[in-house]
Amino acid sequence: MAKLRVEDLKRIKEAAKGTVNLRAGEYRVKITVHLGTCGIAAGARKIMNFLLEKIQQTGASDIILTSSGCAGLCNHEPMMTVEVKDSAPVKYVLLDEEKAAKIFDEHVMNGHPVSEYALSVGSETTY
Amino acid sequence: MEDLSLHILDIVENATTAGATRVEIRIIEDTKSDLLQITIKDNGRGMDSQTLKGVTDPFVTSRTTRRVGLGIPLFEQAAREAGGRLSVASEAGLGTEIEATFQAGHIDRKPMGDMGATLVSLIAGNPDVDFVYECKRHGKRTSLDTRSIKDEIEGFTTISDPKILQLIREMVNNPES
Repeated sequence: MAKLRVEDLKRIKEAAKGTVNLRAGEYRVKITVHLGTCGIAAGARKIMNFLLEKIQQTGASDIILTSSGCAGLCNHEPMMTVEVKDSAPVKYVLLDEEKAAKIFDEHVMNGHPVSEYALSVGSETTY
Repeated sequence: MEDLSLHILDIVENATTAGATRVEIRIIEDTKSDLLQITIKDNGRGMDSQTLKGVTDPFVTSRTTRRVGLGIPLFEQAAREAGGRLSVASEAGLGTEIEATFQAGHIDRKPMGDMGATLVSLIAGNPDVDFVYECKRHGKRTSLDTRSIKDEIEGFTTISDPKILQLIREMVNNPES
């Protein structure tokens, strides 16, 4: 039976030491990937896992990645919403990994929205 | 949906939307009887008998953003195309259990796909929900309970830590024995 091995946990605990743990609800950026039936069928899981890899690569601990349901814009899937604290949320549409990478580097990391991939700016907040 | 792991992601998202705090996913393949069985059980708010009747009807949905709900109908279609069936049992206030069966070797049976990616997406999106995953296929067995992982790492990091999620994905996709 495969299990999370003790040495794995030790490694994680070591790695976690010295980093400031985020308290619940505290974050600089929140990314929401839309995981409704439409989103999943259009490839949203790939985007979700790609973003997890990006977050891991940067080692950032102030980014929250979460999921939501269908937003009623099924023909625009895969979609994600980026909310930088104290700025308007931006909904990005028709995503692929390349677009997600650009959005992550420019908007999530540097605070500059990528308007060419956005549906609209500031239409709504977290579901 | 390209594969069964995507259907599972979709169905479990329903469970978390229904307020479940614990979801059990079980996959069992028996080569001898050529049966693949997927069970998803949650402790969400469940459905009354009236809602349950319409659950495989695409034009029945609890959502408000659009008027069709395709999660369960698509999963049922996948099962039927592979010589299987789908059944839903539910009780209001107690939870829902969905069981899909497939003829494992059927030519139209969709591949399992990336269950690691499905679980990681679920955990990242719903860190407060406990997920139990058990898979018995091709003589290999994987089992995972995020509750016990949370207990182990408490005080050091959280289950939505990308490093933890990466380990979970590797573990699920590479069963040892």
